[in-house]
Amino acid sequence: MTGSRSGSLPRYILQRVLLVIPMIWVILTLVFIVLRVAPGDPVSAALGGKLNDEALDQRRTALGFNDPLIQQYWDYLSSVVRLDFGTTFSDNQKVLEVVRDNGGATLSLTLAAFVIALLLGIPLGLVAGRYRDTVPDVVIRVFGILTYAAPIFFVGFLLQAYVAKPLGLPTSGAAGVETVFYMERDGLNKTHVLLFDVFLSGNSYYIEDVLKHLLLPALTLGLLICGVFIRLVRVNILQTMQSDYVEAAEARGISTSKVTRRHAFRNALVPVITVIGLQFALLLGGAVLTESTFNWPGLGQRLVEYINDRDYVAVQGIVTVFAIAVVLISLLVDIVNALIDPRVRY
Amino acid sequence: MEPAISMEASSTDPVISARDVRVWYGTTRGAIRAVDGVSFDIAPGETLGLVGESGCGKSTLGRGLMGLLPPGAKRDGEVWFDGKDVLSMRPKDAYRLRGVELGMIFQEPLTRLNPLLRISDHFEETIKQHDPGLSKDEIKQRALDALRQMGIPPTRYRSYPHEFSGGMRQRLMIALALVLKPAFIVADEPTTALDVLVEAQIVQILNDLRRNFRTSLLLITHNVGIVAEACDRVAVMYAGRIVEQGRVADVFENPQHPYTRELLRSTISLRTTGLNFIPGSPPDLVDPPDGCRFHPRCPEAMAVCATKNPINIERPTGGRVECWLVGPQEEIPEGGTRPLKQEELAVADEA
Repeated sequence: MTGSRSGSLPRYILQRVLLVIPMIWVILTLVFIVLRVAPGDPVSAALGGKLNDEALDQRRTALGFNDPLIQQYWDYLSSVVRLDFGTTFSDNQKVLEVVRDNGGATLSLTLAAFVIALLLGIPLGLVAGRYRDTVPDVVIRVFGILTYAAPIFFVGFLLQAYVAKPLGLPTSGAAGVETVFYMERDGLNKTHVLLFDVFLSGNSYYIEDVLKHLLLPALTLGLLICGVFIRLVRVNILQTMQSDYVEAAEARGISTSKVTRRHAFRNALVPVITVIGLQFALLLGGAVLTESTFNWPGLGQRLVEYINDRDYVAVQGIVTVFAIAVVLISLLVDIVNALIDPRVRY
Repeated sequence: MEPAISMEASSTDPVISARDVRVWYGTTRGAIRAVDGVSFDIAPGETLGLVGESGCGKSTLGRGLMGLLPPGAKRDGEVWFDGKDVLSMRPKDAYRLRGVELGMIFQEPLTRLNPLLRISDHFEETIKQHDPGLSKDEIKQRALDALRQMGIPPTRYRSYPHEFSGGMRQRLMIALALVLKPAFIVADEPTTALDVLVEAQIVQILNDLRRNFRTSLLLITHNVGIVAEACDRVAVMYAGRIVEQGRVADVFENPQHPYTRELLRSTISLRTTGLNFIPGSPPDLVDPPDGCRFHPRCPEAMAVCATKNPINIERPTGGRVECWLVGPQEEIPEGGTRPLKQEELAVADEA
């Protein structure tokens, strides 16, 4: 209980950032172990039956699969530290380049889905919680359950069949052929995230084209997460509305609207932020399905292709990238949480 | 019912007077009549202690006065404050009285402050709500004054609630209530969650309140010792009714109602040689016993107690009491004074 009372935020953030290193190490180790424990090896999976045993073994040695496990482990870790995630087996590409070329589409999809989920889920949850057991609450609750329970591909098909046609929205891919062609020809893909690049180019035709392509996939994925947000926000509002400090604020004569806003809503969002971080993993999983449904050129779809090709190196690389993304998001969530809730900083 | 007016307190008009106040909660079993016809007055600078067992309606009465009842609760009767009946006001106008005229201090100081807001935020919000014209500096000055009176240094103004101990948080809550200088404060078991040393400190603070600010206080507690120390008058509550009220010294030295007597006997002190308790528990408030509500547990119950409601009369040494032992004799039907037999009590208990 000394001077560092509420000022220990920087120290907390530093601690939290340093904690990322062991977390990533554990994830890398897990990925490594899972792939070694799985029966068979990439070489025989890809080329078994096509080459004789001697040739297969030669390739294994060349790729290091015959080295002692500890040696492989060390090689894997040290290459990851150098941001070298290896070269894919099936199409001989650098994993990092695969991530760079396809990650952007996944990033814009998940980001847009997240924004949609927040914009829909939080206000709906607040209304449902504030006006508990009224008609709006019941309608919103049913909506939340339906969106969470409905499978992604089903929602995707429904949107493609009944929404895309009348509104003239595309149902496949991240952009029209021309957009992709001209953006690449004019060297406009600076960030490798199409969504950002079109905005940087300032060309309204490209922007409209990309947003139109984005709408339905993002809505499909966003609806899934929005159901979680609705229920979460609602439950937390119900709790904070009945909390002792809300009653105490009312006893001090603070106006109802202020009590609701400053005491009930704000406090209800703290646990929600924590869960938002956890939902990010669900979002990435959902992205894989959404990308398949909408033929979205993202990392999820590539992951499915590589799994079908038994390309362990690629799978290992992409899974590692996904895992690191989840770790970084949870870091971000923890920092935001500490900014909002002073009790977290201790 | 005749109102219970205390004439002995002071010649000035009471700050708050309650007349036949009722509060009930609707449940599937029927209405729980938690407060059932309660009347009292509190003069400026006076502290009225409200004592009784758990579940006898003390807190409900306090909340009912403040209008802080949960949804599903209804109230009735009159609460006169500043020439107006608070209960018949428009809800908006009644809300406006809160904090600035009617303050409240709660039982659990640990959970009563918003953990995400600094102490300064709590004060700024509270003062601004009632005095929108004040500048930031004036607000801060008022807040720091209130904190200083509670012995909290100004250096802690920007701290968060979790950085304070339980006793300090209760003093913060008192400071938050006092900063608006309300004429009347309901203190609902303000020391129950605190240890004895802090309790003594808080009692001292409450004692100073009426001296320094002429604040009237309704001090709800189950601790008879605190009443003796901090209150001018005491009201003893049982099963939703005030069964006896009067000056603390009078009531404690010469209790008229058997419940008051049993409650005082159950208090543990250095002179206590054995533990005393009142057998049984407070009655079901959905279907309270006929006649006097205390009669199933009363050691001196008479036949009349089981059939007829006792009448509210003046105590011999001032104050009010409702018990057939005190009278009025002429209202007791013939044979009504014969003691109620234990079997009858047991039967009544079964039912």
